[in-house]
Amino acid sequence: MDDSTFSLVLFSGTDDKLNAAAVLTAGAAAMGRKVNIFLQYWALDAFRADRVLKDHGVAPEAGDEGAEAFQRHGGQHWSEIFRQAKDIGAVGIHACSLSMEMFGLTVDDLDPLVDDQHGVASFFMEADGPVTFI
Amino acid sequence: MTTVNIDRSIDARGMPCPGPLMSLIGAIREGELGDVIEVLSSDEGSKTDIPAWLEKSGHELVETVPDDGFMRFIVRKTR
Repeated sequence: MDDSTFSLVLFSGTDDKLNAAAVLTAGAAAMGRKVNIFLQYWALDAFRADRVLKDHGVAPEAGDEGAEAFQRHGGQHWSEIFRQAKDIGAVGIHACSLSMEMFGLTVDDLDPLVDDQHGVASFFMEADGPVTFI
Repeated sequence: MTTVNIDRSIDARGMPCPGPLMSLIGAIREGELGDVIEVLSSDEGSKTDIPAWLEKSGHELVETVPDDGFMRFIVRKTR
């Protein structure tokens, strides 16, 4: 059994990709893996406290049919899945300081799911295995 | 049909992956040692996820009962 940290860089801010990331995080946390998440660019934007629940659309490859299937499938919002994952396991969610600066944000502007703000080197300090980029 | 007494039943039918597993984990955490928890799930992923999590976490899968379009997972909290 591989018990290395599951490190995830979230770049995309569409609801389908964030949902996929949340499901992976919940699965890893359930199986006892530590999860280390770094939020950059549009993913960070989606974690703003006042935007988390808004419609972030889906990736372009979804097309009309895929977008419709995603909406119809429903299920819990990705933020709720991340919350459950944090509740059952060791899940750290860190905002990329470069993206924070670009948007002019402080940690107080973000959803409480986000633990803190990190530079890229601190992210890699905690990444003791491969890094997944979504 | 199972003969064990169910302490808590969770109807997670219609919930997509990983909803039913997350509900089970929540119920195990809230439950007492020895409690038997039943989870109803129509999510195909639960068929592998729930046994995998139980193996990892050390709780007991008492029984898996196929029903009409869903599965009943009977689980005992053992630690």
